[in-house]
Amino acid sequence: MSNDPKSIIEELSDHYQISEIKEQKADLLLLKIPKEDAVQFIRELRDGQNYTHLAFMTVIDYIESGIFTLTYMLHNYAAHHNIAVHVDIDREQTEMESIHELWVHAATYQRELREMYGIRFPGSPRLDDDFCLEGWDEIPPMRREFDTVSYSRERFFDREGRITTDPREHMKQIMYPIHTDND
Amino acid sequence: MEFWAVKIGYFLITLGMVTVYGLLLGAIIARTMARVQGRIGIPYWQPFLDIIKNLGKRTAVSHGVMFYMGPVFRIAGGIGTLAFVPVIYGSEMFSNFHFAGDLLLAMYFIFFGQLGMALGAGESGHPFSAIGVARGLGQMTAFELPFVLAIIAVVIQYDTLSITEIVAAQQGGVSNWTLFTNPLAVAAAMLAFLGMSGYPPFDVFTAPNEIPIGPPTEYHSSFLALMATNRAIFASAKLILFMDLFFGGATGLIEMIIKTWAIYMVAVVVGASFPRFRVDQSIRFFLRVPTLIGIASIAFVQIFLLG
Amino acid sequence: MTTKDQSLGPLANDGLSPEERDLFSDARPVPYQPYPIEVVEKFVNWVRANSLFMLAFGTGCGAVELNPLMTARYDAYRFGFQPRPTPRQASVFMIGGYASVKTLKRIIRSYEQMQGPKFVVALGICPVNGGMYWDSYNTVNQFDLYIPVDLYITGCMPRPEVLLAGVLELKKKIKEGRADGHNRYIENLDWYKANQKRIIKNWDMPDYSW
Repeated sequence: MSNDPKSIIEELSDHYQISEIKEQKADLLLLKIPKEDAVQFIRELRDGQNYTHLAFMTVIDYIESGIFTLTYMLHNYAAHHNIAVHVDIDREQTEMESIHELWVHAATYQRELREMYGIRFPGSPRLDDDFCLEGWDEIPPMRREFDTVSYSRERFFDREGRITTDPREHMKQIMYPIHTDND
Repeated sequence: MEFWAVKIGYFLITLGMVTVYGLLLGAIIARTMARVQGRIGIPYWQPFLDIIKNLGKRTAVSHGVMFYMGPVFRIAGGIGTLAFVPVIYGSEMFSNFHFAGDLLLAMYFIFFGQLGMALGAGESGHPFSAIGVARGLGQMTAFELPFVLAIIAVVIQYDTLSITEIVAAQQGGVSNWTLFTNPLAVAAAMLAFLGMSGYPPFDVFTAPNEIPIGPPTEYHSSFLALMATNRAIFASAKLILFMDLFFGGATGLIEMIIKTWAIYMVAVVVGASFPRFRVDQSIRFFLRVPTLIGIASIAFVQIFLLG
Repeated sequence: MTTKDQSLGPLANDGLSPEERDLFSDARPVPYQPYPIEVVEKFVNWVRANSLFMLAFGTGCGAVELNPLMTARYDAYRFGFQPRPTPRQASVFMIGGYASVKTLKRIIRSYEQMQGPKFVVALGICPVNGGMYWDSYNTVNQFDLYIPVDLYITGCMPRPEVLLAGVLELKKKIKEGRADGHNRYIENLDWYKANQKRIIKNWDMPDYSW
């Protein structure tokens, strides 16, 4: 491979506002890009720099800062190198440009993100179809303000007699019963 | 009148015996396969229990008259095949309704059941049934060709359409069997038999994982019991037909059991050794080498045996 | 179990649109009536116990433990237990682990298409009380609210030996005539349907999938 990732980023820095560059591992580079430039930047990586494979696309919910961080994991087959492109979007105005025209399978990821986090990707095919949840009528379940415990309690009813133990204490009881008895 | 009553009584005895034998044979083969895989396998009486259990199950689904008729046609095909094949040569009891042209009728009955099944399964409306039927009929058409060619060769060779006379002509020593007098016809017929028996290289029409068990997907309860019974009768009748035509027939019960078991094992051994063909591959297979062998067998008969 | 459902009339099929409603049956299922002669019923129960056609529904991780049952090491065939690919022909429904709401819909449809008498075996702790997914937003915590379960095999995951023990236990129950989940479901159909519809929000199928 002619270019190493560092030089690619340096070259692209002339045109894009890249921040928080971090070399996580030898084959993984993290960086952040503003929302407006993100799709153009990803297209540049795909078409110009041989990062032809979208390994996955996901989101991290930073409820404290009020942002969602979208992550696009791109892979370069020739160099065996990954670049994770982070894009911050507002938690309330959850809308992002769709990349289904770059990779067809991105539409499925976007469907999932729409369902699980309520992020909208205008123009993405079958975006509003049910993916995993059928007939969901609450706020999207993977958002961190969603209280899954109380939802489960009121919807699925805990069975009587269910007990929860701390794994550490429980294993102590099982593995060293004599020791704890003597104490 | 009394003669016919006795004959029908004899046939019913034969039918019962062949059913029990066919079910036991299925269990024996399943156990043999299990031993090959290092398992113990099903108990010998498992096929009987399955049939009784299925008869005791409830039926709450209706798909129309043809759906009900499918298994009936199928078992009619099985019983019809058996009715015109002499099970044991020279025995009054196990000779069934043999007459001058019984070979043609037996061959017709072999395919009659499959067609009835296709109509019934099509009526169920299940897409996998339709796929299974299409594959099954396509493959059937293909393996019918070498089979019929082999039968024609045998008919020319013995100059008769009566199975009993064909068996009679093969008596008097192993060297008189069609297997040794006309090996090409036997080769073509045995290759067709592999397709007929539905063991692995040619079992794509009942693929349990891809198209849940194919044509009988919607069949349940007593329909399934009827079809399981038919499988035993039909498999035995087919084996007996092959034994009569190519392997010298049988003069005793033990001989019949050993020979049919051995013929069945050919399909089982091939099935245990080979992966599954796609339906286009299996059709091509049957239309190439087995068909050529079949044609060659007719030429062989014409040139060397009669010429 | 004393309610007689004949008085309740046909099923409503509320979830279907009016034009679809004509395409589906609204008849109520009928409970299984045992044979009037006790010896016959006992014999048939013994046969049922020894001829178990299993429909495996690999909803969760349990499906991984189900496959070895048929291999040389465990060989469930010797107990008359064999897999069957279609619900129509099966008599034992194996739920392989946790059931999410979406899967539950498919479980109900498959279960109702099976012909009775039929038995349900649920593997793992998840169908019992949710297991490690007890606080999940889509895993049902009490599986027997929705489908009558004849036998639970608990564990996370139950090993194939335990499954074999469960199969033998199920056989014992069937022989004694105690595996009556099929009749429980039909006699209390309205209760089960109410429970199912409470969590399946987009109920777009007939009330009983014949």
